[in-house]
Amino acid sequence: MEKKIQQLKEATIRFAGDSGDGMQLAGKLFSNASGIFGNDVNTFPDYPSEIRAPEGTLYGVSAYQVQFGSNLIHTHGNKIDALVAMNASSLSVNLPKLKENAIIIVNSDGFNDKNLKLAKYEKNPLLDDTLKKYKLIAINMESIVAEKLSHLSLSPKETARTKNFFALGIVYWLYGRATKHTEKWLQQKFAKNPKYLEANIIAFKAGWSYAAESELLPIQYQVGTAKLESGTYRNITGNEAVALGLTIAARKANLPLFLGSYPITPATEILHHISGYKKYGVKHLQAEDEIAGIASAIGASFGGYLAATTTSGPGLSLKVESIGLAIILELPLIVVDVQRGGPSTGLPTKPEQADLLMAMFGRHGEAPLPIIAAKSASDCFFMTLEAARLATKYMTPVILLTDGYLAQGTNPFKVPKLSDLPDIPVKFATDPEGFQPYMRDEKTLARPWAIPGTPNLEHTIGGLEKKDISGIVSQGPDNHQRMVELRAKKIEGIVNDIPLATVEGEQSGDLLIIGWGGTYGAIKDAFDTLRGEGKKISFCHLTHLNPLPKNLGEILSNFERILVPELNMGQLKFLLQAKFLRPILGLNKVQGTPLQEFEVVEKVLELLNEKGGN
Amino acid sequence: MRSLINDVIEAPANSTIGGNVKDYKVDIDVRWCSGCGGYSILAQSQRVMASLGIPREKFVFISGIGCSSRFPYYINVYGMHTMHGRALPIASGLKVARPDLSIWVATGDGDSLSIGGNHFIHTARRNVDLNVLMFNNAIYGMTKGQYSPTSLKGQLTKSSPLGVLDDPFNPAALAIGAGASFVARCYDRDPQMMQKIFERAAKHVGFAFVEVYTNCVIFNDGAFDLFTKKETRKEHTVELQHGKPLVFGNNDDKGVKLDGVTPVVVSLNDGSHSIDDLLVYNENDTSLAFIMANMTYNSNLPRPMGVFQVLSRQSYNQRVVEQLKYYESLPGANDLDKLLLGEDSWEIE
Repeated sequence: MEKKIQQLKEATIRFAGDSGDGMQLAGKLFSNASGIFGNDVNTFPDYPSEIRAPEGTLYGVSAYQVQFGSNLIHTHGNKIDALVAMNASSLSVNLPKLKENAIIIVNSDGFNDKNLKLAKYEKNPLLDDTLKKYKLIAINMESIVAEKLSHLSLSPKETARTKNFFALGIVYWLYGRATKHTEKWLQQKFAKNPKYLEANIIAFKAGWSYAAESELLPIQYQVGTAKLESGTYRNITGNEAVALGLTIAARKANLPLFLGSYPITPATEILHHISGYKKYGVKHLQAEDEIAGIASAIGASFGGYLAATTTSGPGLSLKVESIGLAIILELPLIVVDVQRGGPSTGLPTKPEQADLLMAMFGRHGEAPLPIIAAKSASDCFFMTLEAARLATKYMTPVILLTDGYLAQGTNPFKVPKLSDLPDIPVKFATDPEGFQPYMRDEKTLARPWAIPGTPNLEHTIGGLEKKDISGIVSQGPDNHQRMVELRAKKIEGIVNDIPLATVEGEQSGDLLIIGWGGTYGAIKDAFDTLRGEGKKISFCHLTHLNPLPKNLGEILSNFERILVPELNMGQLKFLLQAKFLRPILGLNKVQGTPLQEFEVVEKVLELLNEKGGN
Repeated sequence: MRSLINDVIEAPANSTIGGNVKDYKVDIDVRWCSGCGGYSILAQSQRVMASLGIPREKFVFISGIGCSSRFPYYINVYGMHTMHGRALPIASGLKVARPDLSIWVATGDGDSLSIGGNHFIHTARRNVDLNVLMFNNAIYGMTKGQYSPTSLKGQLTKSSPLGVLDDPFNPAALAIGAGASFVARCYDRDPQMMQKIFERAAKHVGFAFVEVYTNCVIFNDGAFDLFTKKETRKEHTVELQHGKPLVFGNNDDKGVKLDGVTPVVVSLNDGSHSIDDLLVYNENDTSLAFIMANMTYNSNLPRPMGVFQVLSRQSYNQRVVEQLKYYESLPGANDLDKLLLGEDSWEIE
């Protein structure tokens, strides 16, 4: 049949099915195909914390959402344009997320009596008018693949497992994605299993042809290429970007890398990646607990390694005593906290930004350290390099905050060349002449890094207060005051070594939005939308949270009102109010979901209306 | 992969320093209580370090918190006085990073068996190449006299004025159970045995655990007198010596034999048993080591001293090195541009 072609600026697709249906893979392949096509892409997986929830249940639904477009895409999208639902539960769970008139592609074989019962449907929604607001495309995918693969003598279970590629084929046709790259991927993946390779290729092509020929799909959509800087790209999750960042930072510092870590959601993939990097000379220790994870990293740092520990909220709680030790030892250490919903076990797989104040104040004694935060999945790479730079230059632990959204979501990463990245200059002390363990560099106030094995620099460091310069134990009143002040001054001094904050939009006026961390994308989209509507608002995103950029006070003074949207109850707001002694407005959401563009838009419009609009 | 550390490791050693006991002394005053068993452990450690032929700059002493853990300040090598219970993971990280170093840990019964208990069993299991000297004084000294995990049931302390209700840990049995590849016990009043054991621990590849009965003169004075004082120790202890029968007693007139798997004391005087009936010790037999360790709190049996077990097993840090060496020899090793690129990348013009 003749198909119509419709142009779109962007689209949001959600692949949903049972935990075992291969929806995560389908989503990843589709987002790579979109990147290759030239779109900007942003993704976020949404899966149950249960490993394999019972089949067909509402709580067992696993989904992967992709937003792609011809403009810059900062989030995984809000309302869905097209849903792929492999069974009744995945339809039921995702229906509220759909745009009106959205496309729903369902596997109608996933709507038998058992499926319907598990999804709590009394009647089959494919057969009544439940879905009349939408464009329903119901296809008996399992039956079709079973027929197409009948010659391969696969078991019914093996056959059914290819249905994700059938669904993927449909979506590839629907959005005009090239299939070649994905076929190549399949060839590599199933190189040792030609039968599965053939089955999946057949299913994939069958899905594509079905869509091309079927009258159910009268329209094909085109989403043009985005204006991206030229270069080499790949999609990357925040967690992989941190692992990569640590490895590259070590090389740039001419140090070996050590990671001491303990598995915890949603930070664990960093450990997975690093533990596979043996080819690159990386050492890691999967420790017996969170404390041993950071403690082993402190030991490796004493030995001259670029050392890191990676964790999430509950783990950061366990590490706080060790962070205090690293502060008084004045050894470099990178602590990555992939924030999740808390307190306690809380929402292990869901993002939140509620560890900022713990990063800032969560230690006994006066114990300041630098805190930085990544704004997107790929930015996790660059902020990890920044953490390494600050840690080694200032001989201090640094906390890098990311979150469950950045950690598991992806966006395109413009791949740098190793040689184009800046070196991280590191020098060990080797000269015994005049050496004192706590003498300081005049400019940075950093103490020397003298590692065991260096002749004639033998010294003992420890958790007891140090005497200034000599570093021997001292409990003297004046010395303690001096050392507390010196350690604080060292961290405060970093303010001269970090970028100034910048403001998008008017440089002064009524309303400034300040954001930090993983909410960047949603705030940026909201800002762009509102600016597009002619609203006079401004936006400042913070990458360095301690110390704050030195021009921030001046920036704040140029605006009448300041709004800080955060996934917490107002933690950056608290810090800014305390530092700058002025009231700040908050948009505070703690629902375990990423911040959404519309939530920021609504809040800003409400504020603008209070003032009678602008 | 070469790094800045290679420059340090490959620099010429300081051959003039490290072969003499005085090289390991520090200028500052040692601040343990007068009569503390710690002094003897410190002196023997310094003697053994001077005798090992290792450059001084290669030694590191790591400690946790407690009286024992002041140790690194009192010896002139690299040192780190860390957090309560955490000396072992810090030392593990350092050893994995720097297998070229000889790393020693000073810890106590509270530090390693109570707050650090988890680290203790896992470091033993992993067989990280460390020499762990556990000062067992069966009391919390630094916090001034509470019962510890090796205090005896019924013991009166500041936090058990009416008597301890817990049963104590048996450190040797715990270490053996956790897979420590070298397990020994000695006591502060016997410098020769201490030196012998410290030296063996230092030369052992893997996790070497040495429990040292250490008298706390202030809060638990005389706790080990029965086993350490000249007048009583021969009657109440038996030294485990590889390949030798277990003989003890003031006149070497008693021995330990195995009745099935149960150790029993027999007399060598009454004509019922001869030396040939006694257990001949084998320090490479972990079952035997466990039986010996479990004699510890049995008042009908002498308390074993010496080396319980020596097992030959690759250390964790050796395995790390071996794994890296293999993977770094593969094609594409150290190609970080390839790593950056990942498996699925594309060009935008």
